[in-house]
Amino acid sequence: MQQSYPDHKGRYGPFGGKYVPETVMAALEELEAGLKEALVDDAFLAEYEEVLKEYAGRETPLTYAKRLSETVGGAKIYLKREDLLHTGAHKINNAIGQALLAKRMGKTKIVAETGAGQHGVATATVAAKYGLECKIFMGEKDMERQKLNVFRMELLGAEVVPATSGSKTLKDATNEAIRYWVSHVDDTMYLIGSVVGPHPYPYMVREFQRVIGDEAKRQMEQLPDAVVACVGGGSNAIGMFTSFLDEPTVQLYGAEAGGKGIETPEHAATLSKGDRGVIHGSLTYLIQDEHGQIIEPYSISAGLDYPGIGPEHAYLKDEERVHYEAITDAEAIDALVKLTQTEGILPAIESAHAVALALKTASTMTSDQSVLICLSGRGDKDVDTIRGVLSDDKGGES
Amino acid sequence: MNRVEAAANTNNQLFIPYIVAGDPTIEVTIDLARVLEESGAHILELGVPYSDPLADGPVIQAAANRSLQEGTSLQTVIDTVRQIRAAGIRIPIVLFCYVNPILKYGLHDAVKAASEAGVDGWLVPDLPYEENDEMKKTCNEYGNVLISLVAPTSNERVKRIAKEAQGFLYCVSSLGVTGVREEFDHRLDTFITAASESSSVPLAVGFGVSKREHVARLHTQGYGAVVGSRIVKEIEKYETMLRDPNQRSKALLQIKTFVQSLVSS
Repeated sequence: MQQSYPDHKGRYGPFGGKYVPETVMAALEELEAGLKEALVDDAFLAEYEEVLKEYAGRETPLTYAKRLSETVGGAKIYLKREDLLHTGAHKINNAIGQALLAKRMGKTKIVAETGAGQHGVATATVAAKYGLECKIFMGEKDMERQKLNVFRMELLGAEVVPATSGSKTLKDATNEAIRYWVSHVDDTMYLIGSVVGPHPYPYMVREFQRVIGDEAKRQMEQLPDAVVACVGGGSNAIGMFTSFLDEPTVQLYGAEAGGKGIETPEHAATLSKGDRGVIHGSLTYLIQDEHGQIIEPYSISAGLDYPGIGPEHAYLKDEERVHYEAITDAEAIDALVKLTQTEGILPAIESAHAVALALKTASTMTSDQSVLICLSGRGDKDVDTIRGVLSDDKGGES
Repeated sequence: MNRVEAAANTNNQLFIPYIVAGDPTIEVTIDLARVLEESGAHILELGVPYSDPLADGPVIQAAANRSLQEGTSLQTVIDTVRQIRAAGIRIPIVLFCYVNPILKYGLHDAVKAASEAGVDGWLVPDLPYEENDEMKKTCNEYGNVLISLVAPTSNERVKRIAKEAQGFLYCVSSLGVTGVREEFDHRLDTFITAASESSSVPLAVGFGVSKREHVARLHTQGYGAVVGSRIVKEIEKYETMLRDPNQRSKALLQIKTFVQSLVSS
């Protein structure tokens, strides 16, 4: 199935494409050509695999969550441990791939956008490793909320540029990064952190993330009955799902950020509540107002509050191959505490959305069935947020 | 003949100002349309404000924000054009609009409504050649033109785009976003020459055209000039006066004098 798209125009069914200013088109064509060559170059692929192994820490383990499974009393729950990767999340897989491609294409500088700072940190990390000059665009508001990650990127030698336009968050950082890239395409590569943006980005990021699912499929003794991942832009989910798309017995679930509830205006549930439109160069589902202005989404998790979603997810939703469901902040935190206290694994709040949906799903299944979760990142970065939420809850109860 | 085509074909020193509709208010936009027509503009590029304007620099982003604060939408802009026409202003109007508001409105409905209101053409900056089939067909169905852009990096794309250009071919003078610049990209001359060789319609150059000397240089070479950010900046400067009915005419006169100074050689 996945071999048949994207088509030559970068389409996943009606979704995807290249909705960008003419000034960007040449750069996209150059990238497309460079990527096409690289993906059939054995030396390039060998180097990518080598770096994933020796530097990022692949392959990542598959953990059977015995106590968590018993708590739920349904299917056996397995965790694909992307949280154990260098820099703490799956983002590094893609950052390594794109940095190697930048080098191969003779680019000396890289730019990226970041929301919470995870992709920014991964990008700054590979920039340091390969001696590439690195600029990270980050919403001014996000810089305030994620001061530690800003410092971490700067420590790695990157320049963090505040995005002061629009709502001063991830979507605006993405706009600014694209605007900067347009003016500096000669020597600069733009590293997108998710399966979003104009073609070939959603395709490229999928190819650099599919290692997650390829490995997990090999590691499972038999095919899982359900696979669950969280979706913001959707890169860890695509990385996990791709290997399983052609397995009709495997049910696929995507957990999007329901924020304070999809009946409220404060959520980032793009597929549950959004409609079709164009964001950052791609036709997909997005959260917008009646006039087609993009609305700033909300989630407790900075990695999921993106108003769009990768075009392949839009397609998989319409094809009904993947079932997408919104998970609220409260459900995610609840799942996070459960996983932490039964397994001693503190997940990122993003990944906790997947855990929450998996727990719901597993509870309806039997003990001879299995659920595989993509545990996309670890929660060290979120400890302050979690402490805030949990102490508020206690305050409310007393 | 379509009004944009007529204007482009009969003026060899095309002057095309750009303003954001609803900046600072819709009323002012109608006045500005008249002022620009009286200042010698041949075509008015009217920007539809958008939350995520990828191709625009800070000046036009700020103008779009001011306009969005006023509640401007694609529907408002179409209604404004109807008012502009009702006021007897005949300058050809090209709507500069990002694709998402058009899709949300419904592409066919938007083009039809705009055409009926008196719009003559569209420029959709994030709808490149590869994606513009339906928009172009629909525009033509309603007697409108779809303006195409070429950039210094377009290389072999220039020929394909220029060959199918309608009205005028918009040449982006430099890489990056809209905004005021001191100098043009060094690749400008080579690329414009390539574009004009393939184009069946006149050329107009924009992005960074901000001074009388820029306009004069382009006109001497036989190309049109699009001035956006520099005029929008002037509107920003007089924002308070423009909002005040008692001071508006004074501000409009200042802007008129400024715009005339851009084109007087």
